[in-house]
Amino acid sequence: MATTPVLPKLVGQRVKRREDPRLIQGLATYVDDLKVAGMLHLAFKRSDVAHGRIVSIDTSAAQAMEGVEAVFTGAQLAEFIPPMPIGTPFPSPAHHAVATDTVRYAGEPVAVVVANDRYLARDAADAIVVTYDTLPAVVDTEVAMTGQPAVIHAAFPNNLAVPLVPGGTGVGADGSVDDTAINQAFAAAEVVISQRMLNQRLAPTAMEGRGVLAHFEPGRGSMTIWSSTQNPHILRTMIAAMNGLGQDQVRAIAPEVGGGFGAKINIYGEEYVAAAVSKRLGIPIKWIEDRSEAFVATIHGRDILGYVDLAAKRDGTVLGLKLRLIADIGAYNMLLTAAIPTLTMLMANGTYKIPAIRVALTEVFTNKTPTDAYRGAGRPEATYFVERAMDMLASELKMDPAEVRRKNFIQPHEFPYATPMGAVYDSGDYDKALTLGLKNANWTALKAERDAARAQGRLVGLGLAMYVEVCGLGPSSSLPTGGWEHSGVTIERDGRISATTGASPHGQGNETTFAQMLADQFGVPIDHVTILHGDTSIVKQGIGTFGSRSQAVGGTALHLAGGKVKTKMAKFAAALLEASEDDLVFEGGRIFVTGAPAKGKSFAEVASYAYVPVPLPPGLEPGLSDEAFFEPANNTYPFGCHISMLEIDRETGEPKLLKMVAVDDAGNLINPLIVEGQIHGGLAQGIGQAMIEEVVYNTEGQMVTGSFMDYAIPRATDFPRFELGSTVTPTPVNPLGAKGVGEAGTLGSTPCIVAAAVDALSEFGVKHIDMMLRPEKLWRIIQGGRA
Amino acid sequence: MTQVAITVNGKLRKATVEPRLLLVHFLREHLNLTGTHIGCDTSQCGACTVLVDGRSAKSCTLFAVQADGSSITTIEGLARDGKLHPLQEGFWEEHGLQCGYCTPGMIMSAVNLLNDNPAPTEQQIREGISGNFCRCTGYQHIVNAVQHACKR
Amino acid sequence: MISTAFEYQRATSVDEAIQKLQAAGGRAKLVAGGHSLVPLMKLRLSEPSVLIDIARIAGLAGIREAGGQIEIGAATVHTDVAASPLLRDQCPMIADAAGEIGDPQVRNRGTLGGSLAHSDPSADYPAVMLALDATILLKGPNGGRTVQAGAFFQDLFTVDLAPDEIIIGVRFAPIKSAAYAKLHQRASHYAIVGVAAALDVKGGVIQSARIGITGAGSHATRLANVEQALAGKPLSADTLEAAGALAGAGMADVNSDIHASEEYRRAMIQVFTRRALKAAMARA
Repeated sequence: MATTPVLPKLVGQRVKRREDPRLIQGLATYVDDLKVAGMLHLAFKRSDVAHGRIVSIDTSAAQAMEGVEAVFTGAQLAEFIPPMPIGTPFPSPAHHAVATDTVRYAGEPVAVVVANDRYLARDAADAIVVTYDTLPAVVDTEVAMTGQPAVIHAAFPNNLAVPLVPGGTGVGADGSVDDTAINQAFAAAEVVISQRMLNQRLAPTAMEGRGVLAHFEPGRGSMTIWSSTQNPHILRTMIAAMNGLGQDQVRAIAPEVGGGFGAKINIYGEEYVAAAVSKRLGIPIKWIEDRSEAFVATIHGRDILGYVDLAAKRDGTVLGLKLRLIADIGAYNMLLTAAIPTLTMLMANGTYKIPAIRVALTEVFTNKTPTDAYRGAGRPEATYFVERAMDMLASELKMDPAEVRRKNFIQPHEFPYATPMGAVYDSGDYDKALTLGLKNANWTALKAERDAARAQGRLVGLGLAMYVEVCGLGPSSSLPTGGWEHSGVTIERDGRISATTGASPHGQGNETTFAQMLADQFGVPIDHVTILHGDTSIVKQGIGTFGSRSQAVGGTALHLAGGKVKTKMAKFAAALLEASEDDLVFEGGRIFVTGAPAKGKSFAEVASYAYVPVPLPPGLEPGLSDEAFFEPANNTYPFGCHISMLEIDRETGEPKLLKMVAVDDAGNLINPLIVEGQIHGGLAQGIGQAMIEEVVYNTEGQMVTGSFMDYAIPRATDFPRFELGSTVTPTPVNPLGAKGVGEAGTLGSTPCIVAAAVDALSEFGVKHIDMMLRPEKLWRIIQGGRA
Repeated sequence: MTQVAITVNGKLRKATVEPRLLLVHFLREHLNLTGTHIGCDTSQCGACTVLVDGRSAKSCTLFAVQADGSSITTIEGLARDGKLHPLQEGFWEEHGLQCGYCTPGMIMSAVNLLNDNPAPTEQQIREGISGNFCRCTGYQHIVNAVQHACKR
Repeated sequence: MISTAFEYQRATSVDEAIQKLQAAGGRAKLVAGGHSLVPLMKLRLSEPSVLIDIARIAGLAGIREAGGQIEIGAATVHTDVAASPLLRDQCPMIADAAGEIGDPQVRNRGTLGGSLAHSDPSADYPAVMLALDATILLKGPNGGRTVQAGAFFQDLFTVDLAPDEIIIGVRFAPIKSAAYAKLHQRASHYAIVGVAAALDVKGGVIQSARIGITGAGSHATRLANVEQALAGKPLSADTLEAAGALAGAGMADVNSDIHASEEYRRAMIQVFTRRALKAAMARA
């Protein structure tokens, strides 16, 4: 009897990546690897002052250079480039791609050069002479709120970009505020924890900087734009709108993209300028960002100050939380700038059932690079504030940090759980993650190890943190771009499968995970599946990759599109086999009748028949291709537990991470190998934030960490081996049960490392330490303790 | 302009270049060997790492004219006769990359490391790649990838 | 980032390099590994009109022993110093220090001569040269001359080297009981403070000590007061502890930046002096 070989199911397996062969051989194509005939190079002259009025711009020397095609000042560009749009409903000052009369952060562009050679473009930009009437630089966030030492945008008194948004218990949809509950919570408190905490400013630092190649073809009246972006479809929409073109007239392509981490969601001035200048001059224009530019010209992340007050009973029961948030958003609103801190509001209570919460958010302009989404985007900040407060409570009550958390968890039977902040947590089992974290870390033994080290005079500490994040963004009500994702699936006439996804990846491995899903769905070898992405002329619709949404939203769209095609293919197969479509099995590259593998056809035969359907089964159209949009009814809420052990050198204050344990629950996993990679990467960035990363400005508004000489990102030598574990609590929000995992690592790691540092220095009476854990800062605590 | 003759991946390449042309731009722009990347301006990130006369070097910190007469190996020259280098296989098997941008430089540094020390400890691997930044992986799978290559 | 344009010349001998330097009349820079100079040129902080490449001059690289002394050629790269069996055996301090410079790729290209000529205030080698009381070998139009390390490092990025002179190498008497201890700046891995300590010990007594420090001030210097406090004392942890406590006392103009304030640096000068001394003692 003929038997059909059953292909091993791939979903859930550690399938090695299909992207890798090109990447490991230097055969991938990033934007700077592209050349278009006739292409010229763009360079930006940038402000070297943080705040000032432009008095004069002398471009004559630049213009006189042989090989310089054009020079434009900001004012000249403003004649054909409108102010840049933002993606949030908040009021915003006009923001030109290139400053027209006033510069508001060091690094803001003031003029551009187009030249026939990259080196020459840089020479010519350097030859432009700009004089400024310097204004006082607004650097200190809280001083800025008093309108001192200057007001950056005249229409925004006291530099308040967003004066005050209240949220939480007692705050009505109409903005009405009732303080009864929150006041009662604090009145009933037996212990109150109060702490000012800074979640510091960071540079996202994808290893590939930004870059764009814009090619307007006058004869066709259409534009092709390649950009190192996380979301080519949003880029297409914006470029079309800004250039008076239809979306059908712009083709946006994200080629290989060398990391994004949120910073490549934005559509930047450089992209608008490249596109508009290409259109104006009718020639292809390329701009590639230098690292020195990236530090000042690509958005920064975080920079939120939190005044945290936590009210509790002495048994550890939390009664209330007040969170005063002040976000330093830099000089302008970018695409999502104003919305990021609202995610901090949304997730303020973390994994805890807190009866009364009051959050108040203010956003402030300063003369710094604008902030926007950076891996985690608002949620690491929320996690950090609530987790640090829980630790301080545990410390105050002399309770184990796990115990105080356990006491306040939202319980498994309470899901879906509507929080006072307006989130509806989909599913969760926080105690399970905590329990596994404690087990994997060997918590009790670890405490003994710490105590033994302390007995030898070493400064060793332990930290633990829980997190829950909002992922899988999200319903369209929460995203101005639309909150769906799109996919198309085609069975080609030779039986191979090509599928498109709007979730444009930049390291996430969608070409592999999505192919695993389709291979299983259709019972074909993964080698027969190709995943296409990143090109708006191939991928009909899409939103993009951010907010840990690729799998939960994009993956589901793919699954649904595949389902539609499979249903149709089954009808063709049924006709061919003279069987009922309900009785068919797709397995081992064949389609056959259940229980009768011999009665079947190869997958390719059925595909071929669908394209030459003689006879055409009644009610069917030829072909096997369909698409699906998927919009989730809710976000997903992955969670987990991070535990760390850290030692501080008593003489130098240098911290060393000894142990990092992470338990993450991202729901169902498609490819655990890739998931581990995502968690490792998130942990690395969280540890980086906790320990070595910080953007620093001096009082003149100059960024003093403007290169890798002064801004540290982690090296291989900075980490111990991470120890991962996982629990699986599927989400009911999508049929895959997948929640998303891209940002998880950044959430628990920061508070747990700071907790470990505070624990290590507990003999000196310290209760909180702001990030980063600069050795001198720790040394001063040690010195203070001795004095 | 200056004449250079540089052997790249076994093939002698002659060109007339501006003296200030960086080696990395010579490889990328003149030879279209775009596997070597640029990630910083200050000789830290290592994305541009190639082998110059057998030793790893940051090709953004070397003018092409300085490499005149030298022999360069880039990521494109690592696979032989269609067969991946053991390090390339290791990176693939162990998921040693995500966005892939740092990967060519990372692999070239690992080649240098294993040339000097074919059986490094984990700490020696971490030190051996400490001149290369990866923002995606947290390095653990990269360490695994190098260990995988050592086993072969 | 891209450097400004320059003329490139290659010298095949030391004399030719000197001739080219003279011809360029102060507008030229020498380049060997280029790992001090090229980054500055790319950032346009250094804009030489002429670059004279001395990397291929025969005999300018190498580590030799002669008459109880060791000579290291100026074009010797850090990797070779770090790995040298001779140095690891006879003078491990310099091999250790070379192994702490930058990262593997930087060490594969960066040279001893380049580091000394550039004299970055946070560079590692200058402290080591001071602790070795090394002789810097120079050559100019009028022939060779030598400068002791103590006189060579003069000020911020300033050394006793005329525009038409070239560093040939360094020469020193190797010493085993010497060590280098460094507080790394976490981004650049330059030294926030680096201390090189060499102890001449006979019969359990410190005959003399030489201590070089980098990172603390505008240029590398000796810690003379600590050296004096050690001379003639029995070699013991207490001796080193007491002497180490004097490190930095009276030092004016200690650096201050975001990575380390003056106060912290002063404390670290003591910590790393003690660490270097203890490590040196362990080798005595």
